[in-house]
Amino acid sequence: MGKIITLNGNGAIAEAIRQIKPDVVAAYPITPSTAIVQYVAQFVADGLLDCEFVCPESEHSAMSMCIGAAAGGGRVVTATASQGLALMWELLYIAAGLRLPILAGIASRALSAPINIHGDHSDSIGARDAGWIQIFSENSQEAYDNFIQAAKISEDFDVRTPAMVMIDGFITSHSTENVIVEDDKDVEEFVGEFKPLYPLLDVEKPVTLGSIDFTNYYFEHKRNQIEGIENSRRVILKVADEYERKFGRKYGFFELYKIDDAEIAVVLMGSAAGTGKEVVDELREKGEKAGLIKIRVYRPFPYRELQDVLKNIKAIAVLDRLMSPGAYGAPLFTEVRSAVYDLKKRPKIINYIYGLGGRDIAPDHFKQVFSDLEKLKLNRYKGDVVNYLNLRG
Amino acid sequence: MTEKGWKELTIGTINLEAGNSLQNYTGTFRSGEKPIFKEETCIHCLFCWVFCPDSAIIVKDNKVKGIDYNYCKGCGICVIECPTKPKSLEMVVEEIYL
Repeated sequence: MGKIITLNGNGAIAEAIRQIKPDVVAAYPITPSTAIVQYVAQFVADGLLDCEFVCPESEHSAMSMCIGAAAGGGRVVTATASQGLALMWELLYIAAGLRLPILAGIASRALSAPINIHGDHSDSIGARDAGWIQIFSENSQEAYDNFIQAAKISEDFDVRTPAMVMIDGFITSHSTENVIVEDDKDVEEFVGEFKPLYPLLDVEKPVTLGSIDFTNYYFEHKRNQIEGIENSRRVILKVADEYERKFGRKYGFFELYKIDDAEIAVVLMGSAAGTGKEVVDELREKGEKAGLIKIRVYRPFPYRELQDVLKNIKAIAVLDRLMSPGAYGAPLFTEVRSAVYDLKKRPKIINYIYGLGGRDIAPDHFKQVFSDLEKLKLNRYKGDVVNYLNLRG
Repeated sequence: MTEKGWKELTIGTINLEAGNSLQNYTGTFRSGEKPIFKEETCIHCLFCWVFCPDSAIIVKDNKVKGIDYNYCKGCGICVIECPTKPKSLEMVVEEIYL
């Protein structure tokens, strides 16, 4: 049996890291993910975690070390946020291209300029094309559960792709909640022992890693790489199923909230889902058929499964906690809109950019979105396709 | 050599044939000059063999036998390191075919 501990999001991820027992943790502290690194350092200092803990001079070096350690044949973990994740950018692609199952805890935060330390998804979604599995968490419990599952997904031999688990900076990373932390032994048993694949430290069977491809092979290798993340679709559901059977908490590609008979719905990721659900409850009491879809797995994007859900909804609002300057809507919106394009009866769909730099999203803002959706459903919506929520004009 | 399709490639660009860079004739990069070996003055100190960054000095039974132009890039380090007077390695202008 696990026990209930009061933890913030960073602490929840740190507990998961301690329990999956990495061989190497290489990380550079950056707000708001600093505490993950700090907790892990403390675990190592207190003898609670037997791993090589390295604090290098930058995030670029941290991810480089992670790549080296993972190629060497170890279970490797890091944590970062914002500018730190941005500084890792070129290495993120290398980790994915070399199919190294590195795990990263990300406390999502805005990117400069202007400098801002608060939560939005600019950093994590900014890394979406790097080839990592990306899982978003609503709260500390999900962060803990997602991180443990991420280890098993990422290390599956059909997947072997790095994975990052996101929490919203400050909103989740620094909010203390009750979190069920499972027994060390149960988690250890669930995740299993790390099995290296072609480790560089196996001197009996030397291999070459990270060689150069010219025009005749690069394309084939990149296509080959995609198989890992495509296979993860199946593995993510399999691992979620095993997790539910062992620990009793259910996960999938997304969470559906009162969606069965919903005519209008919002689609979003991360901590704002909690506020959204409150508003859905309120609207349901008034008899409005409102629902909410919280995307958990952003990469690989579950477009087929989403099509099944969205085909019955009349009007959808996609809420993005980042912007994509110059694009026709923000990333989650373009993705969801692309998924519904294939449907015979397409729902109407609009975009709201919200919460940049940690800007609050309150129940009233959700009410405004749902009221727009009512109009959109009845063809009476006069607003834009791409909107900004809680922004002063 | 037929080129492999993406499904035939190993995971993560891993190359299972260690040491297969031998198949890659880096000597084709060479341009302008190449060293030639002069056995008459060579004392077989093997400095050239030690310093050659491409392992292009051919040595048999501790004796320098010549240069492997398949891998020699013409950097000239062997000539600079050669201690004999006159030098036992000399850079010569190489004709380049473009």
